[in-house]
Amino acid sequence: MGATVTTAKSEGKTWGGGNEPMNASYGKLMMWFFIVSDALTFSGFLAAYGFSRFKFIETWPLPDEVFNHFPFMHGVNAPMYYVALMTFILIFSSVTMVLAVDAGHQMKKSKVALYMFLTIIGGLIFVGSQAWEWKNFIKGEYGAVETQGGSLLQFVDNTGKRVKLSDFAVNLPEDRVQDTRDKGIWFSSEGSLPTYSVAEVQAGFAANPNLLIRTEVIYHPSDATKADKTLHPTLNSKPKHKTVLTREASEAMLKNAHYVVEGANLVRNEYGSKLFADFFFFITGFHGFHVFSGVVINIIIFFNVLLGTYEKRKNYEMVEKVGLYWHFVDLVWVFVFTFFYLV
Amino acid sequence: MSHDHVSNTKRIWNVFMLLSVVTIVEVVLGIFKPDALYHNSFLAMNLLNWIFILLTIYKAYYIVWAFMHLEGEKSSLRYSIVLPLVFLILYIMFIFLIEGDYIYGIFKDSTIKWNF
Repeated sequence: MGATVTTAKSEGKTWGGGNEPMNASYGKLMMWFFIVSDALTFSGFLAAYGFSRFKFIETWPLPDEVFNHFPFMHGVNAPMYYVALMTFILIFSSVTMVLAVDAGHQMKKSKVALYMFLTIIGGLIFVGSQAWEWKNFIKGEYGAVETQGGSLLQFVDNTGKRVKLSDFAVNLPEDRVQDTRDKGIWFSSEGSLPTYSVAEVQAGFAANPNLLIRTEVIYHPSDATKADKTLHPTLNSKPKHKTVLTREASEAMLKNAHYVVEGANLVRNEYGSKLFADFFFFITGFHGFHVFSGVVINIIIFFNVLLGTYEKRKNYEMVEKVGLYWHFVDLVWVFVFTFFYLV
Repeated sequence: MSHDHVSNTKRIWNVFMLLSVVTIVEVVLGIFKPDALYHNSFLAMNLLNWIFILLTIYKAYYIVWAFMHLEGEKSSLRYSIVLPLVFLILYIMFIFLIEGDYIYGIFKDSTIKWNF
């Protein structure tokens, strides 16, 4: 109870302001409070992601089948490389930020400005990379079919390799025009139609006897799955991959198809569980928004450094405060990277 | 305000090297997924995922301690930041994941067919 014992001399000073019991200024302490609450927000999101993933643990998409693109390498299966690159960019911009803080402690204005500039560039590259990642995710690559029951069917050939819809779907002489407000009744319209209709996919599937259907279910060898006659006898050998059906079971399954899915949106996606894309958009989007606002704040501080504001103030603590925010953004990415791409 | 005005660029670069190496290890493990780790589990999670999560916390420690410079702050500030986070995050993860797993069991054993 040492804090309550006050002498007449120090009483006025204890409550009179200007005290820093934690040895941190007001601004820095408030930045820490903000970071703690923001960290809890992100944990809430990631916990919700974990909840949904555990709920659909047997049908959740496998991340290395979803994120396997790399710039200028079309058709090359490159899982993880691109996000690893993004992670390096963000860690490196964190390093330049901490170097700027360090230079600020030594009151070296030009060095602070240089490192702040590099940090901003790193942040912009990261946001750009995220945009590219989103583009690929939204556009999709293979396409899939949704059944009446709402589960997703993907197509593979008889070696288990993924096949694109455009590689086998036929062109039927049918004319389904997208309903827009100016063509039909003024209040009715619909989203853009898939490239192929269900009938075109079904006809193409019937014409290619080597095609098979892969369901969302992750295969685990057990007596029940071994006795299951609808599962492909040779393609389901290793555990932990998506289950492939036999040709007969595939044909029966495809009769249930009612919607062709290409790419991803907030309603459905071609990768599997519908919630997967929602969480991807929401969590990486929220993180991307943090990076973007971090870049904006960094730019403001950068100009203040150039104008000599902190030189006149004789301390660069403002750089330290935005630095805290920037490192926090990096910290969140480390967790997003683990839970979306690795685990 | 930090109280040491000596430059610690050397430590910054060391931490950067460390974070890079850990990330490379994670990516290599993520690409190759060694069977021994991927197909054996501990507490209902496979060993590979345990390694990923532990390495992530290891990285987080270095980012917070070295980059955010919590190592140079007073211990009262350190604890008032770290303890609530550790406690609340463990708590929310525990209840959410247990609940998610429970609902998975309900779906699996129910008479309603949902995956068709």
